[in-house]
Amino acid sequence: MATSHASVSSHAKAAHNPKLQDSRCLSPLLEWMKHHIEHQTALETTILKDCTYFTRKEILRLHGRYHELAPHLVPMDYTNEPDVKVPLALIVNMPELKENPFRNRIVESFSEDGMGNLSFNDFVDMFSVLSEMAPRELKAIYAFKIYDFNVDNFLCKEDLEKTLNRLTKEELTPEEVVLVCEKSIEESDLDGDNKLSFADFENMISRAPEFLSTFHIRI
Amino acid sequence: MAQSVNFDQFADHLEEDMESPVDEAAVHDSFSHLIEEQALGFPGDFDALQMDPLDLDDEARDDVGYLGYPGQRPEERYQQGHPHVDQRGHPHVEQRGHPHVDQWSSATLRILSSMPSRTIGRSRGAIISQYYNRTMQLRRRKQSRPSIRDFSRSSRPSIRGYGGVDSDLGDFTEEETKRERLVNNLQNLSASDRVRMLRAMPLSVSEKTEFRCSRSILAVEDVIRWQETFRPERSYSRSNLPCCSQCKDSLIIVARQTWYSCLSLLSSLQLWHTALKTVSGRFGTGVLSYFVFLRTLLFFNIFLFSVTGLFLVLPQAVFSSGLNSTTGPSGLELLTGGGCFTESVMFYGYYTNATLKEHCVQKEPNSSTVHQMGCHGRLYYNMPLAYFFTIGAAFLFTCIILVYTMKKLFGQSFRIDKSQSILAMKVFCSWDFKVMKKTSVKLQSENISTQLKELLAEVGRKKEKVPIPQKLAWISMNVLGWSLCLGSTLACVVAVHYFSEYMHKDLQLRARNSNPSESPLVKEASLLALPVVVSSINLLLPGFFNTVASVEKYDSPSMRTYVAISRNLMLKVSVLGILCFHWLGRIAADPQSLKLKCWETFVGQELYRFLVMDFIFTILDTFFGEFLWRLFSQKLLRRKRKPVFDIARNVLELIYGQTLAWMGVLFTPLLPAVQILKLLCLFYMKKTSLMMNCQVPRKPWHASHMTTVFITLLCFPSFLGAAVCVTLTMWSIKPSQSCGPFRGLQTMIQSGKHWVKQLESTNSNLAWLSWVHTYLVENPVVFIFFMVMIFVIVIYFHTQVVDGQRKIITLLQDQIENEGEDKKFLITRLQAIHEQNRPSSSQRIRGTSEDSSDY
Repeated sequence: MATSHASVSSHAKAAHNPKLQDSRCLSPLLEWMKHHIEHQTALETTILKDCTYFTRKEILRLHGRYHELAPHLVPMDYTNEPDVKVPLALIVNMPELKENPFRNRIVESFSEDGMGNLSFNDFVDMFSVLSEMAPRELKAIYAFKIYDFNVDNFLCKEDLEKTLNRLTKEELTPEEVVLVCEKSIEESDLDGDNKLSFADFENMISRAPEFLSTFHIRI
Repeated sequence: MAQSVNFDQFADHLEEDMESPVDEAAVHDSFSHLIEEQALGFPGDFDALQMDPLDLDDEARDDVGYLGYPGQRPEERYQQGHPHVDQRGHPHVEQRGHPHVDQWSSATLRILSSMPSRTIGRSRGAIISQYYNRTMQLRRRKQSRPSIRDFSRSSRPSIRGYGGVDSDLGDFTEEETKRERLVNNLQNLSASDRVRMLRAMPLSVSEKTEFRCSRSILAVEDVIRWQETFRPERSYSRSNLPCCSQCKDSLIIVARQTWYSCLSLLSSLQLWHTALKTVSGRFGTGVLSYFVFLRTLLFFNIFLFSVTGLFLVLPQAVFSSGLNSTTGPSGLELLTGGGCFTESVMFYGYYTNATLKEHCVQKEPNSSTVHQMGCHGRLYYNMPLAYFFTIGAAFLFTCIILVYTMKKLFGQSFRIDKSQSILAMKVFCSWDFKVMKKTSVKLQSENISTQLKELLAEVGRKKEKVPIPQKLAWISMNVLGWSLCLGSTLACVVAVHYFSEYMHKDLQLRARNSNPSESPLVKEASLLALPVVVSSINLLLPGFFNTVASVEKYDSPSMRTYVAISRNLMLKVSVLGILCFHWLGRIAADPQSLKLKCWETFVGQELYRFLVMDFIFTILDTFFGEFLWRLFSQKLLRRKRKPVFDIARNVLELIYGQTLAWMGVLFTPLLPAVQILKLLCLFYMKKTSLMMNCQVPRKPWHASHMTTVFITLLCFPSFLGAAVCVTLTMWSIKPSQSCGPFRGLQTMIQSGKHWVKQLESTNSNLAWLSWVHTYLVENPVVFIFFMVMIFVIVIYFHTQVVDGQRKIITLLQDQIENEGEDKKFLITRLQAIHEQNRPSSSQRIRGTSEDSSDY
């Protein structure tokens, strides 16, 4: 499927390539090659801009940051890197994430392979969801993923314990942790299965006005 | 409808079953029969119909969940439907933490795991079909009501969406067809809707990119955009567009491109991006809200300044002759606004009352008409009219922007709150993801754990009865505190009143027997006395209030904040009220006694002085209150603690300064510029001081809530008060006779009347305009009456609507709870059935559960 898509999109690009003006001197293909890079950049940023909450300029700045993370892996220019992925260990070292107790989960939730390797698209996606513009709905979805440590689509006691331990840096006693877990599940569990499904989670989040302002990272 | 009948049947069977619990097999039969029918019938429409009421409010839905793990392969996803063979290394995840689950059979678990509310988050198919539904809804709405912009956010993904999850073969192809349908729908949406839809999709960017780049979506407009950018002439022949539409298209493209560039320019104006980031990284959302508020005020002032600068200051500066400054600068003018500033574009008195024309400036002092005086230029600029309308329009637009901001913030931060799940909210929503500094992170987790402990204690305690003597003591303490604060406020107000009266009399005395031996500097400096007194009151009393509040011992920090805000606000409003009376009631009513040539300029200077003095006192406060106090307490008292940044007080000071700026803009068109400078300085000063001297606040600060409160305060007493003052001045106070654009008129609004009369005399078709003017501006009673009536009616309707919505929300919340109960009931029932049937026909159960997973 991926290959068919690639052929489709490259076909589209070739067919709509705007710089085919001097066909007498140069073959369209050569001309296309010549201007490929800048158009590619324009095209990709346009697409990224339409898919995320960033402007073109911000996307380019983000790319700079992405390049900084792994200068030997990521090329300077924007294109030609569909397969480059930066591993989790490098991303987690960003100052924005470094001190965040959920940093590994954040990166994992946004990586396509679930292991924390981020392509540039994933990277932009991550900060787009964490940006100011993203709606509560979208933020809630990814917050749920972040707190779902064992990736079973439920926030069970285990997840809550891990969350709490990270939140409080183990300042609560184990009994208190258990108590908080029980109480908070009890409070917001609607269908009585003793764990929070996404529906429960969103129902709870929608009543917390703070969530929008706290689930936000300035990049 | 067929499905609903089925449901009824189902219900009937259940009822029968309750009456005679013997015949379980029959129930089970009917259930599987039903499931089969459902699987065949694809009851998506019924489902949509059923869920329609949920669209009313998206907070109260229980059916959302389109959580995707985009990286998942289809086969993985497929296997996730069967928890006991989960490959992620978490076998039997369903069984954790539930006392009853252990008893449940695998068949039940399978059904459970394929229930809509649980499959919802797993498959890309579900997400895609949900968004397909949304696009369909959007299209439908577009057809009926083309202007609607919001899309429903609560459509339940159709049952069709789950069909693909567990059926072995149809999975992949079905997803593909759904994808195609979604792509089709996206293509048919308008560009902005499509972008919004794409952005809000919880899929990975690469997947969105696929949607975006599918050939059908990579639509004509993109092609045109590129072609336009690179080679317009040839591109059109390529894209096979009809000739007639080329022109239109190119126009659209040009417009769109300028719009895009404007937008990118606006978004690149992210002022203080890094500064705000460092502040939020260290101090969190609470302190950040102060700086964001400051930035908002800065934008308001930039708007005001650009309006007045463009329409008042610039024409006047261009058309008038050079400055005729008589006195040399002494430095004191910067504080008092007097001296060479008096006769400059800064103040009202300098503005002409004539119609400015090209190469021809008509100055006719003491003339009661503003007609053109025989000078034939093409460019007219009627200064009085411009003055009147510029100020009016600036206030109107500021009002609109304020109300709009307020509306948006209210929508975000005030939700109908039963506050049941406080603990869960604390766990999941209290971490501030912005914080980047190590020590702050540590402090934050300490804060959260103390809060959690407190909450736990509260849960355990459950509202003990406070003994009556303690309660009485608390109440009497509060009464004492309030009376102290009220008393001191009253004392200050009285003091300001008498002091301003004294200063007024003093000025009168000086005006009557002008003493040539007295240095003008002393006279100028004596004008500063009142601002100094008021600013020091503003500085000292909040400290007093804080001391009182610390004795009072409020239990909740938010209560304490509100009390502090209301006390400070009371003080500032009453002081400003007295000052307004002083300016408009004493000075403007009787300018002759002061031998003032132009009382507007004098009042403008007063406001300027207040603004500058406020700024100076803030600097002093920052220096002494934060910097020196930190040095003192660290070096001498050897305490580790640093002062805490008082967000509420600082924001209120900003609001106070902004009120002055708004009040003064009529008399001092350049006052917004002064305010801009002040805010710029303030930002850097406060930031430096914060970084150097302050520590992270320990109390939780409900940032979004408080921002709403502050914007409301900015709108209600501050802006409205200023607007009332300005309107009062324009409507009922006689302007000076020898200066300013309104000289010779009885009130400022008469400039409009003259203009309308003039228009009427030149063009008789515009008679209606004068009629409108008479009734709107000159006899505003009828007009205002109608406006108030309309407002009251609108507000009444809105409260009614909100009331209704509140009722619906409670109903929906009940419904959610009921559904949870139903689910529990059904699950246990299902389990019971399975238990009974297991020995007899395990094969059949398997089939049933396979089918039922479609349900």
